[in-house]
Amino acid sequence: MMDAAELAVRLPASPRLRWRRFVNRAFRVAVFGAVIVVLAPLVAILWTVVSRGAPALDWDFLTSLPKPVGETGGGVGHAILGTLILAFGGLLMAVPLGVPAGVFLASDRMPRLGGAVRMCADVLAGVPSIVVGMFAYTLLVLPFKHFSALAGAFALSVIMLPTIARTTEEVVRLVPSTLTEAALALGAPRWRVMLRVVLPSAGKGVAAGIIAAFSRGAGETAPLMFTAFGSQFLSLSPLQPIAALPLVLFNYAVSPYDDWHAQAWAAALVLAVLVLAGNVVARFAMARRSP
Amino acid sequence: MNARPSSSRIDTAFQASLVLAGLGVATVLAGVAWEVLSLSGEALSKGGIGFLTGTTWDPVAEEFGALPALYGTLVTSAVALLIAVPLGIGSAVFLSEMATSRVASVVGVLVDLLAAIPSVIYGLWGLFVLAPLLREHVQPAVQAAFGSLPIFAGPPLGVGYGTAGLLLAIMVIPVITSVSREVLRAVPDTQREAAHALGATPFEVIKGTVFPFARSGLVGAVVLGLGRALGETMAVTMVIGNRYDISASLFAPGYTLAAVIANEFAEAFSPRYLSALAGLAVVLLGTTLILNAGARLLVRRVKGAA
Amino acid sequence: MSLASILAPLPDRSPPAARRVVTARPAAQDEPRVAKMVVDSLSAFYGRNAVLRNVSLPFVERTVTAIIGPSGCGKSTLVRCMNRMHEIIPGTSVTGRVLLDGRDVYGGHLDAIELRRRVGMVFQKPNPFPTMTVRDNVLAGWRLTGTKPHDADAVVEDALRRAALWDEVKDRLKAPGASLSGGQAQRLCIARALAVQPDVLLMDEPCSALDPIATARIEELIHELAPSVTIVIVTHNMQQAARVSENTAFLYMGELVEYGATAGLFTRPADPRTEDYITGRFG
Repeated sequence: MMDAAELAVRLPASPRLRWRRFVNRAFRVAVFGAVIVVLAPLVAILWTVVSRGAPALDWDFLTSLPKPVGETGGGVGHAILGTLILAFGGLLMAVPLGVPAGVFLASDRMPRLGGAVRMCADVLAGVPSIVVGMFAYTLLVLPFKHFSALAGAFALSVIMLPTIARTTEEVVRLVPSTLTEAALALGAPRWRVMLRVVLPSAGKGVAAGIIAAFSRGAGETAPLMFTAFGSQFLSLSPLQPIAALPLVLFNYAVSPYDDWHAQAWAAALVLAVLVLAGNVVARFAMARRSP
Repeated sequence: MNARPSSSRIDTAFQASLVLAGLGVATVLAGVAWEVLSLSGEALSKGGIGFLTGTTWDPVAEEFGALPALYGTLVTSAVALLIAVPLGIGSAVFLSEMATSRVASVVGVLVDLLAAIPSVIYGLWGLFVLAPLLREHVQPAVQAAFGSLPIFAGPPLGVGYGTAGLLLAIMVIPVITSVSREVLRAVPDTQREAAHALGATPFEVIKGTVFPFARSGLVGAVVLGLGRALGETMAVTMVIGNRYDISASLFAPGYTLAAVIANEFAEAFSPRYLSALAGLAVVLLGTTLILNAGARLLVRRVKGAA
Repeated sequence: MSLASILAPLPDRSPPAARRVVTARPAAQDEPRVAKMVVDSLSAFYGRNAVLRNVSLPFVERTVTAIIGPSGCGKSTLVRCMNRMHEIIPGTSVTGRVLLDGRDVYGGHLDAIELRRRVGMVFQKPNPFPTMTVRDNVLAGWRLTGTKPHDADAVVEDALRRAALWDEVKDRLKAPGASLSGGQAQRLCIARALAVQPDVLLMDEPCSALDPIATARIEELIHELAPSVTIVIVTHNMQQAARVSENTAFLYMGELVEYGATAGLFTRPADPRTEDYITGRFG
């Protein structure tokens, strides 16, 4: 026997409630759909790069120099080397400035200046890379009337700088203050504490930031277009133009030759592996830090 | 007699070098702005406001008007945001409010991978996969349905404002998603609990408490995405169609500030030409700087208030 | 403790002289003592970890029941199971029953969101919505669900009066919700919960973030509210439990150790663990 109270709670949900539950479910579906739509291009792009790039990829491609226009075959060996030289060169200039800057930001010793510097780093990160290229051009190409690997590496270093500085700051901040306090209490001077205690502790994280910056620099095209400029030849000189994978990719892609298009996909595969591998390694190093 | 320098002097030198490094970063930023501005000086002072409003780009006759490039930049970015904002914020809601922490970290990594793909690879895919797809299937279908609208006029080429906007959207979504996700996570759980305890559905909790609380931070995320879209060069250059003109149709080819610079800088044959290109860079830099600085302030405000 | 023994009429215990009575309450012996809510063999889990073990407890209608115990004993989890807030956290689960007016709220006849309209909650840290005005905060129960009450102004005034906040904010209804002091903010949260006319009000350590004066005002408020709403208050402050409640439950390590009239539990506890807790042998 059901009494009035039981009957009351047995009534079906009011239309208002049904509508609210429907809206809630529709929202969940829409949000889930958004994620699928967002991830689909990732799958599509990686799939295309692998499926079109792999057939043209062989040892010859990775090691030889390009053939003259019209002839098929050849490779991007010079560009792979060029990218590595440019990216390492960029690191050589960005790390000595970026890591200490990051340490400065994390130390909070001059909070107002630190705030301004932090803002500068963040804004610098947002400067379009082509404008960075123009900056490097006016500084290192225009005066010498010469494209050069040095100018390209400099442009990349400007792009890498904010990443290195901010990652270093984040990681140094995470070093527990108890560690620094204990060292200072033992009478060690600040600089020794920094070099012997804090940096080693933060080391993996700083390395991760550097690797991430390396990957980012290796993938950049625009700033190299009028600094390193590209080249058909193998070059090790910092004062000469030099090839880079992204530049070769771009030039082959917009060319009218099918053979070069195929090589562009292969170059894309190499570049993607280089950049994504760097990303994964950096992420791994970040996660494996001791807290 | 102690011949070594005292520790405190090394200390001061050490601290000073840190401060110098910090100032170095600021100097680099100032340097970028300064150099680009001075390079553009000639074009801007000669052209004056006409530089911004002119529509011809004739290096031989030395007539430089930035308007079509500016128009292209704005249109492609607007299209990109229209697509990227709902998808990006929706994904952020998924990651922050709905997914379990394991799913969220996997999806988060995948979204970050999207951000790590170099722009030139996006351009390659856009040119050889997306553009043909649009040209052969999507654009004819859209024209069949809405062909009378001026926004969809013109022959289906596959490249143009719409394609560039679409490609930009894919590249901008990770920015919007990751910043929005941080902003949403900064909303205190006590707010959500209060809403749940009043009998709100999960959707109502998000709409009534989380979004209002995070609103300015979400706007900041969108503005950061806009900043990224404005400055994006390679992918856009490869699918914009490279036509220096203004058109109302999304299917028409056009040009953007960054694309013009990328395509022409290495070939610039006169100082005035170079200066004009630098002028485009100034317009680009100015807009991105203001947007970026403003956006970061907004994001910081939400994270500070939480 | 079996359910049957709990639902039997409670023995009469005369209040000792030591208990400080803030306002005189009429003796409740003549009214039938109905349990508005009953927790029956409730166990609650975070994953595989049991936080509550087989707890059975009545909550007498229109009285104040206090739940005391050391930190981590499960008192917050208990009340969160009563309005089904526990299940919002992923990975949680519940066995047993929670009865509201005799029917299991986990039984499927009642949606969780409908339940939470009938069983309201006030939290430890006052959490008014900062993006809404004071007035809109009170009406949040409607605004969030996209509806409006018939006479919004009357609802607002009534709820604020019941929460002893009306006189202080009646000229500031359009002020932002975040502009109130701690004690006022908590009373605003109480008003917000009361505005939807719940039958039961769960209070999870409502005064622990407040100063003593604000605490005293809320305790007064609880006395005034008790005849109209069944109140369950979780507190780690034993004196508070003694001041405001008719019945008290003592929880320890997820289990119900003792339940009874407040006076008796504090003066003649039946279980040695209760006595140890009350005398401060462990916190």
